[in-house]
Amino acid sequence: MSMEAFRKWQCTVCGFVYDEADGWPDDDIPPGTRWEDISEDWVCPDCGVSKQDFEMILLE
Amino acid sequence: MEPLIIIGTGLAGYTLAKEFRKHDPHSPLTLITADDGRYYSKPMLSIGMSRKQIDSADANEMAEQLNASILTNTRVTAIDPQHHLIKIGRDELRYRQLVLAWGADVFQLEVEGDGIEEIYSVNNLQTYEVFRKAISGKKRVAIVGSGLVGCEFANDLAASEHHVEMISQSHTLMPKLLPPDVAAPLQVCLQALGVHFHFGIGLAEVNRTDGGLELVLNSGKLVHVDVVLSAIGIKPHISMALEAGLTVNEGIQVNHLLETSEPDVFALGDCAEVDGHVLLYVAPLMACAKTLARTLAGHPTPLRYGPMPVGVKTPICPVVVCPPPKGSLGQWQIHGEGLDLRACFVQEEKLLGYALTGQYVKEKYALNKKLSTS
Repeated sequence: MSMEAFRKWQCTVCGFVYDEADGWPDDDIPPGTRWEDISEDWVCPDCGVSKQDFEMILLE
Repeated sequence: MEPLIIIGTGLAGYTLAKEFRKHDPHSPLTLITADDGRYYSKPMLSIGMSRKQIDSADANEMAEQLNASILTNTRVTAIDPQHHLIKIGRDELRYRQLVLAWGADVFQLEVEGDGIEEIYSVNNLQTYEVFRKAISGKKRVAIVGSGLVGCEFANDLAASEHHVEMISQSHTLMPKLLPPDVAAPLQVCLQALGVHFHFGIGLAEVNRTDGGLELVLNSGKLVHVDVVLSAIGIKPHISMALEAGLTVNEGIQVNHLLETSEPDVFALGDCAEVDGHVLLYVAPLMACAKTLARTLAGHPTPLRYGPMPVGVKTPICPVVVCPPPKGSLGQWQIHGEGLDLRACFVQEEKLLGYALTGQYVKEKYALNKKLSTS
Protein backbone atom coordinates (compact mmCIF):
# COMPACT_ATOMS: atom_id res chain seq x y z
CA MET A 1 0.00 0.00 0.00
CA SER A 2 1.29 3.43 -0.85
CA MET A 3 2.27 5.80 1.94
CA GLU A 4 0.19 8.60 0.48
CA ALA A 5 -2.55 9.87 2.78
CA PHE A 6 -6.04 8.49 2.26
CA ARG A 7 -8.43 10.76 0.47
CA LYS A 8 -12.16 11.39 0.59
CA TRP A 9 -14.28 11.61 -2.51
CA GLN A 10 -17.76 13.05 -2.86
CA CYS A 11 -20.39 11.96 -5.35
CA THR A 12 -21.36 15.02 -7.35
CA VAL A 13 -24.91 13.77 -7.75
CA CYS A 14 -26.03 13.11 -4.19
CA GLY A 15 -23.22 14.17 -1.87
CA PHE A 16 -22.26 10.66 -0.73
CA VAL A 17 -18.71 10.60 0.63
CA TYR A 18 -16.33 7.72 -0.05
CA ASP A 19 -13.49 7.63 2.46
CA GLU A 20 -10.58 5.55 1.22
CA ALA A 21 -9.56 4.80 4.81
CA ASP A 22 -12.92 3.17 5.53
CA GLY A 23 -13.48 1.51 2.17
CA TRP A 24 -16.98 0.19 1.65
CA PRO A 25 -17.22 -3.23 3.27
CA ASP A 26 -20.91 -3.60 2.34
CA ASP A 27 -19.77 -3.99 -1.27
CA ASP A 28 -16.62 -5.92 -0.39
CA ILE A 29 -14.37 -2.91 -0.79
CA PRO A 30 -11.88 -3.27 2.06
CA PRO A 31 -10.61 -0.33 4.13
CA GLY A 32 -7.71 1.37 2.42
CA THR A 33 -8.97 0.89 -1.15
CA ARG A 34 -8.00 3.75 -3.44
CA TRP A 35 -10.73 5.33 -5.52
CA GLU A 36 -8.94 4.36 -8.73
CA ASP A 37 -8.81 0.75 -7.59
CA ILE A 38 -12.58 0.43 -7.24
CA SER A 39 -14.11 -1.48 -10.11
CA GLU A 40 -15.82 0.58 -12.81
CA ASP A 41 -19.16 -1.14 -12.29
CA TRP A 42 -19.46 -0.01 -8.68
CA VAL A 43 -22.46 2.24 -8.07
CA CYS A 44 -22.88 5.02 -5.54
CA PRO A 45 -24.52 3.35 -2.52
CA ASP A 46 -26.82 6.33 -2.00
CA CYS A 47 -28.03 7.38 -5.41
CA GLY A 48 -27.22 4.39 -7.57
CA VAL A 49 -25.27 6.28 -10.22
CA SER A 50 -22.52 4.09 -11.61
CA LYS A 51 -18.89 5.00 -11.09
CA GLN A 52 -18.39 5.64 -14.78
CA ASP A 53 -21.33 8.07 -14.85
CA PHE A 54 -20.39 10.37 -12.05
CA GLU A 55 -17.33 12.24 -11.15
CA MET A 56 -16.21 11.95 -7.61
CA ILE A 57 -14.57 15.14 -6.53
CA LEU A 58 -11.74 15.26 -4.08
CA LEU A 59 -12.64 16.79 -0.73
CA GLU A 60 -10.09 19.13 0.92
CA MET B 1 -38.83 9.29 -36.99
CA GLU B 2 -40.17 11.80 -34.48
CA PRO B 3 -37.93 12.35 -31.46
CA LEU B 4 -38.34 11.41 -27.85
CA ILE B 5 -38.74 14.82 -26.25
CA ILE B 6 -37.79 15.48 -22.64
CA ILE B 7 -38.91 18.79 -21.17
CA GLY B 8 -36.49 19.81 -18.44
CA THR B 9 -32.72 19.40 -18.04
CA GLY B 10 -32.45 19.11 -14.29
CA LEU B 11 -31.25 15.95 -12.63
CA ALA B 12 -34.43 14.13 -13.75
CA GLY B 13 -34.23 15.07 -17.43
CA TYR B 14 -30.50 14.54 -17.84
CA THR B 15 -30.36 11.32 -15.82
CA LEU B 16 -33.20 9.90 -17.88
CA ALA B 17 -31.43 10.90 -21.10
CA LYS B 18 -28.18 9.25 -19.94
CA GLU B 19 -29.99 6.06 -18.98
CA PHE B 20 -32.00 6.03 -22.20
CA ARG B 21 -28.83 6.26 -24.28
CA LYS B 22 -27.50 3.11 -22.58
CA HIS B 23 -30.41 1.19 -24.12
CA ASP B 24 -30.85 3.15 -27.33
CA PRO B 25 -27.78 4.98 -28.65
CA HIS B 26 -29.28 6.33 -31.88
CA SER B 27 -33.02 7.22 -31.86
CA PRO B 28 -33.63 10.95 -32.12
CA LEU B 29 -33.66 12.62 -28.73
CA THR B 30 -34.47 16.24 -27.94
CA LEU B 31 -34.24 18.00 -24.58
CA ILE B 32 -35.84 21.36 -24.01
CA THR B 33 -35.01 23.73 -21.17
CA ALA B 34 -36.08 27.21 -20.19
CA ASP B 35 -32.58 27.85 -18.81
CA ASP B 36 -29.09 27.43 -20.24
CA GLY B 37 -28.95 23.65 -19.90
CA ARG B 38 -25.85 23.36 -17.75
CA TYR B 39 -25.62 20.00 -15.99
CA TYR B 40 -25.65 20.05 -12.20
CA SER B 41 -27.16 18.03 -9.39
CA LYS B 42 -29.68 19.84 -7.21
CA PRO B 43 -28.67 18.22 -3.90
CA MET B 44 -25.29 19.90 -4.29
CA LEU B 45 -26.83 23.38 -4.09
CA SER B 46 -27.38 23.25 -0.35
CA ILE B 47 -23.82 22.09 0.33
CA GLY B 48 -22.04 24.23 -2.22
CA MET B 49 -20.45 27.07 -0.21
CA SER B 50 -17.02 25.49 -0.27
CA ARG B 51 -17.12 25.03 -4.04
CA LYS B 52 -16.28 27.44 -6.81
CA GLN B 53 -18.46 25.64 -9.30
CA ILE B 54 -21.49 23.37 -9.07
CA ASP B 55 -22.12 22.69 -12.74
CA SER B 56 -19.90 20.26 -14.57
CA ALA B 57 -20.88 20.51 -18.25
CA ASP B 58 -22.62 23.03 -20.50
CA ALA B 59 -25.47 22.31 -22.90
CA ASN B 60 -23.15 21.78 -25.89
CA GLU B 61 -21.07 19.23 -24.03
CA MET B 62 -24.22 17.47 -22.86
CA ALA B 63 -25.68 17.43 -26.39
CA GLU B 64 -22.52 15.79 -27.68
CA GLN B 65 -22.31 13.32 -24.81
CA LEU B 66 -25.97 12.34 -25.21
CA ASN B 67 -26.13 12.41 -29.00
CA ALA B 68 -29.15 14.69 -28.53
CA SER B 69 -30.30 18.09 -29.57
CA ILE B 70 -30.81 20.43 -26.65
CA LEU B 71 -32.96 23.54 -27.01
CA THR B 72 -31.84 26.04 -24.37
CA ASN B 73 -33.59 29.19 -23.19
CA THR B 74 -36.73 27.73 -24.72
CA ARG B 75 -40.03 27.71 -22.92
CA VAL B 76 -42.66 25.20 -23.98
CA THR B 77 -46.01 26.99 -23.98
CA ALA B 78 -48.48 24.15 -24.50
CA ILE B 79 -48.83 20.41 -24.89
CA ASP B 80 -51.26 18.77 -27.29
CA PRO B 81 -51.34 15.05 -26.47
CA GLN B 82 -54.06 14.30 -29.06
CA HIS B 83 -51.78 15.37 -31.89
CA HIS B 84 -48.50 14.30 -30.29
CA LEU B 85 -47.06 17.78 -30.37
CA ILE B 86 -45.82 20.55 -28.14
CA LYS B 87 -45.93 24.27 -28.77
CA ILE B 88 -43.17 26.78 -28.30
CA GLY B 89 -44.89 30.06 -29.00
CA ARG B 90 -45.98 29.75 -32.62
CA ASP B 91 -43.71 26.83 -33.37
CA GLU B 92 -44.80 23.23 -33.06
CA LEU B 93 -42.69 20.16 -32.44
CA ARG B 94 -43.96 16.64 -32.94
CA TYR B 95 -42.89 13.88 -30.56
CA ARG B 96 -42.82 10.11 -30.59
CA GLN B 97 -42.89 10.07 -26.82
CA LEU B 98 -42.90 12.96 -24.39
CA VAL B 99 -41.43 13.11 -20.88
CA LEU B 100 -42.30 15.87 -18.44
CA ALA B 101 -39.33 16.48 -16.16
CA TRP B 102 -39.78 20.16 -15.50
CA GLY B 103 -39.57 19.99 -11.72
CA ALA B 104 -41.21 22.00 -8.99
CA ASP B 105 -42.04 25.55 -7.98
CA VAL B 106 -41.07 27.12 -4.69
CA PHE B 107 -43.69 28.23 -2.21
CA GLN B 108 -43.61 32.01 -1.92
CA LEU B 109 -43.32 33.67 1.44
CA GLU B 110 -46.18 36.02 2.14
CA VAL B 111 -44.67 38.94 3.99
CA GLU B 112 -44.90 42.72 3.97
CA GLY B 113 -42.28 45.41 3.82
CA ASP B 114 -40.01 47.32 1.47
CA GLY B 115 -37.24 44.72 1.62
CA ILE B 116 -39.07 41.77 0.12
CA GLU B 117 -36.83 41.91 -2.94
CA GLU B 118 -34.02 40.75 -0.68
CA ILE B 119 -35.83 37.44 -0.11
CA TYR B 120 -34.23 34.67 -2.17
CA SER B 121 -35.17 31.07 -2.74
CA VAL B 122 -33.09 28.34 -4.32
CA ASN B 123 -34.53 25.57 -6.44
CA ASN B 124 -32.15 25.40 -9.38
CA LEU B 125 -28.68 26.47 -10.47
CA GLN B 126 -29.82 29.89 -11.70
CA THR B 127 -31.53 30.87 -8.45
CA TYR B 128 -28.57 29.44 -6.53
CA GLU B 129 -26.17 31.69 -8.40
CA VAL B 130 -28.38 34.71 -7.73
CA PHE B 131 -28.36 33.84 -4.03
CA ARG B 132 -24.59 33.33 -3.96
CA LYS B 133 -24.13 36.75 -5.53
CA ALA B 134 -26.52 38.28 -3.01
CA ILE B 135 -24.59 36.94 0.00
CA SER B 136 -21.20 37.76 -1.43
CA GLY B 137 -19.47 39.94 1.15
CA LYS B 138 -22.48 39.66 3.48
CA LYS B 139 -22.35 37.98 6.85
CA ARG B 140 -25.88 37.73 8.25
CA VAL B 141 -28.44 35.42 6.65
CA ALA B 142 -31.95 34.60 7.82
CA ILE B 143 -33.28 31.23 6.73
CA VAL B 144 -37.05 30.90 6.80
CA GLY B 145 -38.12 27.28 7.22
CA SER B 146 -36.59 24.44 9.22
CA GLY B 147 -37.02 21.61 6.74
CA LEU B 148 -34.33 19.56 5.06
CA VAL B 149 -33.11 22.29 2.72
CA GLY B 150 -33.20 24.95 5.46
CA CYS B 151 -31.09 22.72 7.72
CA GLU B 152 -28.55 21.95 5.02
CA PHE B 153 -28.18 25.60 4.10
CA ALA B 154 -27.89 26.53 7.80
CA ASN B 155 -24.99 24.10 8.21
CA ASP B 156 -23.34 25.13 4.95
CA LEU B 157 -23.64 28.87 5.60
CA ALA B 158 -22.68 28.74 9.28
CA ALA B 159 -19.65 26.59 8.45
CA SER B 160 -18.56 29.20 5.92
CA GLU B 161 -18.57 31.92 8.56
CA HIS B 162 -22.03 33.32 8.08
CA HIS B 163 -24.22 34.23 10.98
CA VAL B 164 -27.50 32.34 10.53
CA GLU B 165 -30.90 33.15 12.04
CA MET B 166 -33.41 30.38 11.41
CA ILE B 167 -37.09 31.34 11.57
CA SER B 168 -39.74 28.63 11.50
CA GLN B 169 -43.42 28.16 12.21
CA SER B 170 -42.65 24.72 13.58
CA HIS B 171 -40.97 23.90 16.87
CA THR B 172 -38.38 21.39 15.71
CA LEU B 173 -36.10 20.73 12.76
CA MET B 174 -37.55 18.74 9.86
CA PRO B 175 -40.89 18.02 11.59
CA LYS B 176 -42.24 16.17 8.54
CA LEU B 177 -39.28 13.78 8.46
CA LEU B 178 -37.94 13.40 11.98
CA PRO B 179 -39.40 12.57 15.39
CA PRO B 180 -38.57 15.54 17.68
CA ASP B 181 -36.15 13.53 19.84
CA VAL B 182 -34.04 12.72 16.80
CA ALA B 183 -34.12 16.30 15.54
CA ALA B 184 -32.72 17.55 18.83
CA PRO B 185 -29.05 16.51 18.33
CA LEU B 186 -28.88 18.34 15.01
CA GLN B 187 -30.28 21.45 16.61
CA VAL B 188 -27.70 21.27 19.39
CA CYS B 189 -24.92 20.97 16.81
CA LEU B 190 -26.18 23.79 14.61
CA GLN B 191 -26.51 25.95 17.72
CA ALA B 192 -22.89 25.20 18.58
CA LEU B 193 -22.01 26.33 15.07
CA GLY B 194 -23.64 29.67 15.87
CA VAL B 195 -27.11 29.26 14.37
CA HIS B 196 -29.87 31.11 16.25
CA PHE B 197 -33.38 29.65 16.27
CA HIS B 198 -36.72 31.49 16.32
CA PHE B 199 -39.23 28.65 16.50
CA GLY B 200 -43.00 28.56 16.52
CA ILE B 201 -43.09 31.95 14.90
CA GLY B 202 -43.69 33.50 11.50
CA LEU B 203 -41.99 36.27 9.57
CA ALA B 204 -44.27 39.28 9.15
CA GLU B 205 -42.16 42.02 7.57
CA VAL B 206 -38.86 42.59 5.84
CA ASN B 207 -37.78 46.22 5.85
CA ARG B 208 -34.67 47.94 4.58
CA THR B 209 -32.45 49.77 7.03
CA ASP B 210 -29.18 51.64 6.57
CA GLY B 211 -27.03 48.64 7.26
CA GLY B 212 -29.16 45.81 5.89
CA LEU B 213 -32.57 44.38 6.65
CA GLU B 214 -34.79 44.48 9.69
CA LEU B 215 -37.11 41.51 10.02
CA VAL B 216 -40.25 41.80 12.09
CA LEU B 217 -41.47 38.49 13.48
CA ASN B 218 -45.11 37.81 14.37
CA SER B 219 -44.24 38.24 18.02
CA GLY B 220 -42.96 41.74 17.33
CA LYS B 221 -39.38 40.66 17.83
CA LEU B 222 -36.82 42.29 15.52
CA VAL B 223 -33.99 40.43 13.80
CA HIS B 224 -31.27 42.15 11.79
CA VAL B 225 -29.70 40.44 8.77
CA ASP B 226 -28.36 41.21 5.29
CA VAL B 227 -30.17 38.60 3.22
CA VAL B 228 -33.23 36.35 3.62
CA LEU B 229 -33.33 32.83 2.21
CA SER B 230 -36.79 31.35 1.98
CA ALA B 231 -36.74 27.56 2.30
CA ILE B 232 -40.37 26.79 3.04
CA GLY B 233 -40.71 24.07 0.47
CA ILE B 234 -41.52 23.25 -3.13
CA LYS B 235 -44.55 21.88 -4.95
CA PRO B 236 -44.77 20.01 -8.26
CA HIS B 237 -45.14 22.27 -11.30
CA ILE B 238 -48.50 21.27 -12.77
CA SER B 239 -50.12 24.20 -14.58
CA MET B 240 -49.23 23.19 -18.16
CA ALA B 241 -50.18 19.58 -17.48
CA LEU B 242 -53.58 20.75 -16.23
CA GLU B 243 -54.11 22.87 -19.34
CA ALA B 244 -53.26 19.85 -21.49
CA GLY B 245 -55.94 17.81 -19.74
CA LEU B 246 -53.60 15.42 -17.92
CA THR B 247 -54.82 13.94 -14.67
CA VAL B 248 -53.23 15.89 -11.86
CA ASN B 249 -53.50 15.64 -8.12
CA GLU B 250 -50.69 17.08 -5.98
CA GLY B 251 -48.36 16.26 -8.86
CA ILE B 252 -48.82 14.93 -12.38
CA GLN B 253 -50.27 11.49 -11.80
CA VAL B 254 -48.37 8.56 -13.26
CA ASN B 255 -48.65 4.81 -12.83
CA HIS B 256 -45.90 2.30 -12.11
CA LEU B 257 -44.75 2.62 -15.76
CA LEU B 258 -44.57 6.40 -15.21
CA GLU B 259 -47.33 6.91 -17.80
CA THR B 260 -49.59 9.92 -17.38
CA SER B 261 -53.26 9.74 -18.26
CA GLU B 262 -52.41 10.47 -21.92
CA PRO B 263 -50.75 7.96 -24.24
CA ASP B 264 -47.01 8.40 -24.88
CA VAL B 265 -46.72 11.10 -22.24
CA PHE B 266 -44.64 10.27 -19.16
CA ALA B 267 -43.47 12.21 -16.11
CA LEU B 268 -40.78 11.82 -13.48
CA GLY B 269 -38.92 13.78 -10.84
CA ASP B 270 -40.25 16.64 -8.73
CA CYS B 271 -43.30 17.23 -10.97
CA ALA B 272 -44.60 13.66 -10.80
CA GLU B 273 -46.89 11.86 -8.40
CA VAL B 274 -45.97 8.20 -8.72
CA ASP B 275 -48.71 5.84 -7.57
CA GLY B 276 -49.99 8.52 -5.22
CA HIS B 277 -46.63 9.67 -3.84
CA VAL B 278 -44.77 12.90 -4.46
CA LEU B 279 -41.19 12.19 -3.37
CA LEU B 280 -38.92 15.20 -3.81
CA TYR B 281 -35.65 13.33 -3.28
CA VAL B 282 -32.79 11.90 -5.30
CA ALA B 283 -33.16 8.18 -4.67
CA PRO B 284 -36.73 7.88 -6.05
CA LEU B 285 -35.77 10.06 -9.00
CA MET B 286 -32.85 7.78 -9.88
CA ALA B 287 -35.04 4.68 -9.61
CA CYS B 288 -37.64 6.30 -11.88
CA ALA B 289 -35.04 7.36 -14.47
CA LYS B 290 -33.60 3.86 -14.71
CA THR B 291 -36.90 2.07 -15.19
CA LEU B 292 -38.43 4.72 -17.46
CA ALA B 293 -35.36 4.56 -19.70
CA ARG B 294 -36.03 0.87 -20.28
CA THR B 295 -39.72 1.47 -20.94
CA LEU B 296 -38.94 4.21 -23.47
CA ALA B 297 -36.44 1.96 -25.20
CA GLY B 298 -39.20 -0.56 -25.83
CA HIS B 299 -38.93 -2.76 -22.75
CA PRO B 300 -41.83 -1.78 -20.48
CA THR B 301 -40.47 -2.03 -16.95
CA PRO B 302 -42.60 -1.44 -13.86
CA LEU B 303 -41.10 0.74 -11.16
CA ARG B 304 -40.11 -0.96 -7.93
CA TYR B 305 -38.92 1.23 -5.12
CA GLY B 306 -36.59 -0.34 -2.58
CA PRO B 307 -35.95 1.37 0.75
CA MET B 308 -35.15 5.00 -0.01
CA PRO B 309 -33.48 6.72 2.90
CA VAL B 310 -33.06 10.47 2.80
CA GLY B 311 -29.59 11.66 3.77
CA VAL B 312 -29.55 15.06 5.40
CA LYS B 313 -26.28 16.68 4.37
CA THR B 314 -25.45 18.39 7.64
CA PRO B 315 -21.80 17.40 8.26
CA ILE B 316 -21.88 18.90 11.76
CA CYS B 317 -24.33 16.13 12.69
CA PRO B 318 -25.16 13.65 9.94
CA VAL B 319 -28.78 12.49 9.83
CA VAL B 320 -30.36 9.73 7.75
CA VAL B 321 -34.06 9.04 7.76
CA CYS B 322 -36.25 6.50 6.05
CA PRO B 323 -39.76 7.64 6.99
CA PRO B 324 -42.39 4.96 7.61
CA PRO B 325 -45.16 4.81 4.98
CA LYS B 326 -47.83 7.47 5.48
CA GLY B 327 -50.50 6.44 7.95
CA SER B 328 -48.45 3.61 9.48
CA LEU B 329 -49.44 2.64 12.99
CA GLY B 330 -46.53 2.03 15.26
CA GLN B 331 -44.02 3.65 17.57
CA TRP B 332 -40.60 5.17 17.48
CA GLN B 333 -38.15 3.24 19.66
CA ILE B 334 -35.13 5.34 20.39
CA HIS B 335 -31.71 4.07 21.47
CA GLY B 336 -28.40 5.78 22.05
CA GLU B 337 -27.49 8.98 23.78
CA GLY B 338 -26.26 12.49 23.18
CA LEU B 339 -25.65 13.14 19.51
CA ASP B 340 -25.73 9.50 18.47
CA LEU B 341 -29.26 8.15 18.15
CA ARG B 342 -30.97 5.27 16.46
CA ALA B 343 -34.75 5.53 16.17
CA CYS B 344 -36.69 2.62 14.72
CA PHE B 345 -40.33 2.90 13.74
CA VAL B 346 -41.80 -0.44 14.72
CA GLN B 347 -45.22 -1.98 14.40
CA GLU B 348 -45.69 -5.34 16.09
CA GLU B 349 -41.93 -5.97 15.94
CA LYS B 350 -41.85 -5.17 12.25
CA LEU B 351 -39.46 -2.41 11.16
CA LEU B 352 -41.24 0.18 8.97
CA GLY B 353 -38.82 3.09 9.06
CA TYR B 354 -35.85 4.55 10.85
CA ALA B 355 -33.97 7.74 11.67
CA LEU B 356 -30.28 7.82 12.58
CA THR B 357 -27.92 10.50 13.80
CA GLY B 358 -24.20 10.83 14.40
CA GLN B 359 -22.32 7.54 14.55
CA TYR B 360 -25.47 5.52 13.92
CA VAL B 361 -25.84 6.72 10.31
CA LYS B 362 -23.51 3.85 9.41
CA GLU B 363 -26.31 1.40 10.25
CA LYS B 364 -28.34 2.65 7.31
CA TYR B 365 -27.41 -0.18 4.97
CA ALA B 366 -28.03 -2.91 7.54
CA LEU B 367 -31.43 -1.38 8.36
CA ASN B 368 -32.31 -1.13 4.66
CA LYS B 369 -31.84 -4.87 4.41
CA LYS B 370 -34.11 -5.37 7.39
CA LEU B 371 -36.74 -3.09 5.80
CA SER B 372 -36.65 -5.04 2.55
CA THR B 373 -37.18 -8.33 4.26
CA SER B 374 -39.67 -7.32 6.93
